[in-house]
Amino acid sequence: MLSMASKFRCPGCGYVYDEAQGDDHEGYPPGFAFAELPEGFVCPDCSVRYKEDFLQDDPA
Amino acid sequence: MHLYTLTSADGHVESYTDRKRYWWMLSLVNPLIPLLGVGGHLFSANELWLVVPLLLMFVLGPLFDWLFGEDENNPPEVLVPQLEDDRYYRILTYLTVPLHYITFLCVAVWVGTQSLSWWGFLTLTVAVGFADGFAINTGHELGHKRTKIETWLAKIVLAVPAYGHFWIEHNRGHHRDVATPQDPASARMGESIYKFARREIPGAFHRAWMIEHERLCRKGVPVWSLHNEVLQSYLITIVLQVGLIAAFGWIMLPFLLVHNFFSWWVLTSANYIEHYGLLRATQADGKFERCQPHHSWNANHKYSNLLLFHLQRHSDHHANPTRRYQSLRHFEDLPSLPSGYYGMYIIAYFPSLWFKMLDPRLLALPHINGDLSKINIDPDAKQHIYAKYGE
Ligand SMILES: [Zn+2]
Repeated sequence: MLSMASKFRCPGCGYVYDEAQGDDHEGYPPGFAFAELPEGFVCPDCSVRYKEDFLQDDPA
Repeated sequence: MHLYTLTSADGHVESYTDRKRYWWMLSLVNPLIPLLGVGGHLFSANELWLVVPLLLMFVLGPLFDWLFGEDENNPPEVLVPQLEDDRYYRILTYLTVPLHYITFLCVAVWVGTQSLSWWGFLTLTVAVGFADGFAINTGHELGHKRTKIETWLAKIVLAVPAYGHFWIEHNRGHHRDVATPQDPASARMGESIYKFARREIPGAFHRAWMIEHERLCRKGVPVWSLHNEVLQSYLITIVLQVGLIAAFGWIMLPFLLVHNFFSWWVLTSANYIEHYGLLRATQADGKFERCQPHHSWNANHKYSNLLLFHLQRHSDHHANPTRRYQSLRHFEDLPSLPSGYYGMYIIAYFPSLWFKMLDPRLLALPHINGDLSKINIDPDAKQHIYAKYGE
């Protein structure tokens, strides 16, 4: 599972949701998929950008 | 004065000096203003000194804004990382935290040990309430940052105005919902500040609690525990305020009630003017468009911006909430206020004057251009506003 993990970046403030780590403060455990985040997910750092605004980091 | 420079790959040298660098120390004066009244009273034995802090804030404040004018200077974007890394600016925000505690406690001791006249008591208490309301501004600047020390200092300083839920309410609630009818912290056209306060104060608390409740449930920890970031700050408040009552008796009760009320009122006043009437459009998918610079009112006035960590460059703050105060920018053609917050507060307290000054300004904004459907209007005032300004 973790080998497939991706990172998703807020285009506004640079916050990164790393699936391998989840986000402990927000209550998402390691391995929690970005796609599983609630529809109303808003960037935890800036609250300006919504889930659909996030960009997947290039795996390369 | 410190010079920031950067040489790009093609040999172009960009350099910048922050002319406001040392002027930012004025932000340290702000929390200390009530002590001037206490000191004056102590040395002259004349109680009239207790009126001086309020005069400094609300007479000298607007006067200085008018006198010293506006500042449209921006740092070059390539040097912003250096400016943000400069620890000097951070130290100023750190220092305001103990200053708010010192002022609050000194004034409490003064009120608790002197037999002041009712008007001396009231003016001094209101003044320290306002000064500590600006502790919410310090908490605001600190609370948007990602470092542990800054978020902790935010919670600590927010305990003084007894507004522990601000950090969550503002960062996660207000920034998400700003300039929409569902935001209790965005004022609607035709809504007076007195009506707004009754929607904003309970609404903000409720939203903060719901957001924190949801987070704690996800984490699987009890809501009534020290994990709760609303309660952490309130716990400090309780220790502080119960301690004062234990030390000085029941005189502290009216002192704390008036103090807390006016601290909250400072935030209500700021929220009232920052997004008055502005509305984010609804997209095809039913969601609101992302917050744009034209969804906030701005003031570029030098004096009040130095006291308030550039809070009044509000558009850039909402577009880029994690940007540090020293690098917030001015932009042309944005909603702009005729005075800094101190002056605008006074105007807001007289609703008919406020409507007279702000409604035409709101309608004239380029993205609205008289179109009432692009304004966040108080439903109760809708009929009246359409009759007055509709085609
Ligand atoms: Zn973000």
